[in-house]
Amino acid sequence: MQKDLSQYTLRLADSALTMGQRLAEWCGHGPYLEEDVALTNVSLDLIGHAHMFYQMAGAMQEPAVTADDLAFLRDAHEYRNPLITELPRGDFAYTTLKQYFIDVFNLYLYQAMATSTHEELAAVAKKAGMEVKYHLARSEAWCERLSLSTDEAKARIQQALDDLWFYTPELFETDAAMQRLTAAGVAPDYATIQQQWQQRVEPFMALCGLTLPQAGWVATGGLQGEHTEHLGFMLAEMQFLPRAYPGCEW
Amino acid sequence: MYSQGLTDAKGQAEPEELMAEFQAKIDREEKIEPRDWMPEAYRKTLIRQMSQHAHSEIVGQLPEGNWITRAPTLKRKMILLAKVQDEAGHGLYIYSATETLGVTRDQLTDELLTGKAKYSSIFNYPTPSWADIGAIGWLVDGAAIMNQVPLCRASYGPYARSMIRICKEESFHQRQGYEIMTVLARGSQAQKDMAQRALNRFWWPALMMFGPSDKDSTHSAQSMQWKIKRFTNDDLRQKFIDATVPQAEHLGLTVPDPDLQWNETTGHYDHGEIDWHEFMQVIKGNGPCNKERMQARINAHEAGAWVREAAQVFQQNQAKSNSEAA
Ligand SMILES: [Fe+2]
Ligand SMILES: [Fe+2]
Ligand SMILES: [Fe+2]
Repeated sequence: MQKDLSQYTLRLADSALTMGQRLAEWCGHGPYLEEDVALTNVSLDLIGHAHMFYQMAGAMQEPAVTADDLAFLRDAHEYRNPLITELPRGDFAYTTLKQYFIDVFNLYLYQAMATSTHEELAAVAKKAGMEVKYHLARSEAWCERLSLSTDEAKARIQQALDDLWFYTPELFETDAAMQRLTAAGVAPDYATIQQQWQQRVEPFMALCGLTLPQAGWVATGGLQGEHTEHLGFMLAEMQFLPRAYPGCEW
Repeated sequence: MYSQGLTDAKGQAEPEELMAEFQAKIDREEKIEPRDWMPEAYRKTLIRQMSQHAHSEIVGQLPEGNWITRAPTLKRKMILLAKVQDEAGHGLYIYSATETLGVTRDQLTDELLTGKAKYSSIFNYPTPSWADIGAIGWLVDGAAIMNQVPLCRASYGPYARSMIRICKEESFHQRQGYEIMTVLARGSQAQKDMAQRALNRFWWPALMMFGPSDKDSTHSAQSMQWKIKRFTNDDLRQKFIDATVPQAEHLGLTVPDPDLQWNETTGHYDHGEIDWHEFMQVIKGNGPCNKERMQARINAHEAGAWVREAAQVFQQNQAKSNSEAA
């Protein structure tokens, strides 16, 4: 159980960190100042969630390791995030739609996790869940704005949908460890989250006048440490200092 | 009298009676508010000074933003993100304070992007190492505090109020920078060297942040009388040196100025000559990163154009459908 949970919290932490790291790339380069500030806010929250989950994961390992050890000293094949969170930041439409998909997922994930039998996990989920509501309000509003405005914005967000849609099923993938945790009431039931997600996202895409793509490569692999080519570059950049100066404090 | 010979927007002489009243108000330390009468030259000087300040906050996001994705710990990453985000927030407050003087943010942005407006020379220096992030917080935010604390009492109300809010955050910025330097200075030899190189890189540019020497400063006297400047450039620079040198000593780092020496008689540090030629070059656009910084802002602005347009069209559509429904 300890081992299952430690693995599961890594999935949660890696997802939040890679997402936050990508968003952080917008800092100083947003389409306008208010958005620069807002994107940075979301990034900060996500990295904060990652930090909490890494702390839990690290404390459960034998011997215990720090949150930073987990973030900065694991290679790509040890990362457990779904592929969607490591994809490049793309343009503002791509960032926005990706964020929307993740925000809806996080909303239902943390809502369910808040009632976990594991107290610490429930506490983190409650805190994260409050912040995710704001993230979703923002990304949802932007999806609508981009979809129902100019031809260019609509074309861009439709393109983003075509590119991202088949990365979303992986969000709901589980492995044996997660299934054991779900059975024990520790982790939420991902099949339920998937239903909730679809019931919210699909009508919203229709309301935005967007068309779901018919076919594409359906992403998978994150849970087994199989990633896109992008993750290696993200880690190379992110982990540079601790790797170049091993054992130093910062 | 400094006020003599000032002309209004149409080139007419400013009415003497109003001028006298205006100055008396400032002398009584009362605030000038947006609806109050003010001489055109005061308005113009403020727009220049405040927009330069706002632009500096915005361009200032870039050298530090450079290390957000590479910050060495999660905690450092979060602190740096929050710090750079604060700077964007500072830009926002000061732009809105400047708008009370009758210009729009679009106009001001345009002046920045076309190179008409200036921003602080310091942000045209590169941040090749993590220690530069420490040095910027410590020295650059430290210098900004020296400049801005007196501005909390500036005669123009919206400016003074935005400075009060900003100064609180700047002192957090300065502390986190000094803390980065402290950890590096106590770390491995490679980290100490990194810290020393950053101090070498940023010491002189930080001193230049206070602007030209008093003997060459063109706007000083009038701005002092209007209380949108409370101390001269050289006074502030000296204050900064006096406060910062002991901090460098505490870190065990060497200030890169062979002429730096404590002067018993004056009670201040004497320092070496500042390279004003370098300063003028950077101001004119020939610093190490001027082109990159401007290009980054232009790219963000251009890449965001379709987003801003979409937001505007969406709002118009909403307003239309609301009025049709009504
Ligand atoms: Fe600032
Ligand atoms: Fe400032
Ligand atoms: Fe600052």
